[in-house]
Amino acid sequence: MASVQKSADPGATDADGERRRAIGLLAKATRAELQSAFDALDDKPDAQPVRGPETGLVMVRGRIGGGGAPFNLGEATVSRASIRLGDGTVGHGQTLGTDGAKARLAAIFDALFQQPTSKAAVERLLAAIAARVAGEDAAKARQTAATRVDFFTMVRGED
Amino acid sequence: MYVAVKGGEAAIANAHRLLADRRRGDRALPAIGIDQIVAQLGLAVDRVMAEASLYDRALAALAIRQARGDMIEAIFILRAYRTTLPRFGYSKPVDTSAMVIERRVSATYKDLPGGQLLGPTFDYTHRLLDPSLLADADIDAPLEREDSGEPVMRVSDILAGEGLVEDDGSLPDGHVPGDITREPLEFPMARDLRLQALARGDEGFLLALGYSTQRGYARTHPFVGEVRIGEVEVELDMTELGFSVSLGRIQITECQMIAQFKGSAKTPPQFTRGYGLVFGQSERKAMAMSLVDRALRAEEFGEDVVAPAQDEEFVISHSDNVQATGFVEHLKLPHYVDFQAELALVRRMRREYEEKLAGSTDDIAEAAE
Repeated sequence: MASVQKSADPGATDADGERRRAIGLLAKATRAELQSAFDALDDKPDAQPVRGPETGLVMVRGRIGGGGAPFNLGEATVSRASIRLGDGTVGHGQTLGTDGAKARLAAIFDALFQQPTSKAAVERLLAAIAARVAGEDAAKARQTAATRVDFFTMVRGED
Repeated sequence: MYVAVKGGEAAIANAHRLLADRRRGDRALPAIGIDQIVAQLGLAVDRVMAEASLYDRALAALAIRQARGDMIEAIFILRAYRTTLPRFGYSKPVDTSAMVIERRVSATYKDLPGGQLLGPTFDYTHRLLDPSLLADADIDAPLEREDSGEPVMRVSDILAGEGLVEDDGSLPDGHVPGDITREPLEFPMARDLRLQALARGDEGFLLALGYSTQRGYARTHPFVGEVRIGEVEVELDMTELGFSVSLGRIQITECQMIAQFKGSAKTPPQFTRGYGLVFGQSERKAMAMSLVDRALRAEEFGEDVVAPAQDEEFVISHSDNVQATGFVEHLKLPHYVDFQAELALVRRMRREYEEKLAGSTDDIAEAAE
């Protein structure tokens, strides 16, 4: 049987799960989404760079036969950044591609997500990203569904 | 005595300037944009990503433009670029069963869960040139239909339920996936390394080898259990956080090839499998890869190694088109001294041959007298 990939690491707390969801959605955001959400913030956070932004590679792995032993498929470009807010909260951002500015914005929102005062604003951004992605996926799924083959059997009248 | 010869700097600089001119072509035409290449020559972009072994559509499109559409040159440029970047880590294995599906067809089951989803395919087109594309005609929006929401089950899991097909492919416990970008090739190699090499192998080379197996050079009587194309999440463990996060999604093509049976005293007869996994939408490559993966498992199944597609060292050593083009194309670089040496050698051999010939005719003449 194919081994099922765990969607969350064992031992992860609820807070970890929330943050994991937030970071994953921020990675799927467009730079424009993050930039306009940043521009809309009343108090612009003072984000000091801890690391990056920098662009590098992640070796993407697959599994033999789909669910067997892992193998290295090929690399993908990844950009990442870590920032620290004035109160010491550290945020991490990482996203496929070479857009370091987007990774930095994602890191800022990851930090803001951890702060009770700004969490609600980040949740609104996350909801907007999730809705856009879900809308695009649903549209694609409906387009794909229109190409589904409906088989029918001809009555051949052999009796 | 060795005499170094220098020269050509001005010629090279001027040649590259000429190349830039020819690449741009007629200035009266608008320059082609990277976003246009990504959007409208997407399968060329996918091929460059797959064979450069670097997933980045914008960079692959840039490479195609820089290479004037020469695919192997573009692959070379992108492969070279990846060596300039640091490696952040290894992703968790992508989960193709959780793929956001754009296409899925099976040649083995007509009515399978999720159905036959044709997606954006060239199949069933008539391969007639379409003059409407000469102009920028309006294109109809795709039709939509309510998605059934049915899980698009993997065909290998359906067969596995009956126990009629071998497992996905395990390696011994504790086996660390090999990485051909870090270790030199050594033969024989484990299947994980072979798959990495095949995933970035030249599409044409793998296609020809896959075809050769169909024509009888290591026949396996294959069926396409399934081809699926879509997006999967790439997840990376974050050591700072202690959990894994998604970096976003990439598009991949997966082929499950089902081949003829094997059994032994210990295992009952069952179908065997070949596997193909490729960046982007690249069905031909994924299918060819799965045929070659299966052929290369000959020794594992106790099959006689009689055909090129079964010869691991031959296949893997020659599948990389960057290596291949480097070694073939280096032949046009100056070999003046090498050639002078060979010229001197062949002149001496010719002289000796003619002297010997002259000597033997003298012998014949003497014998006749």
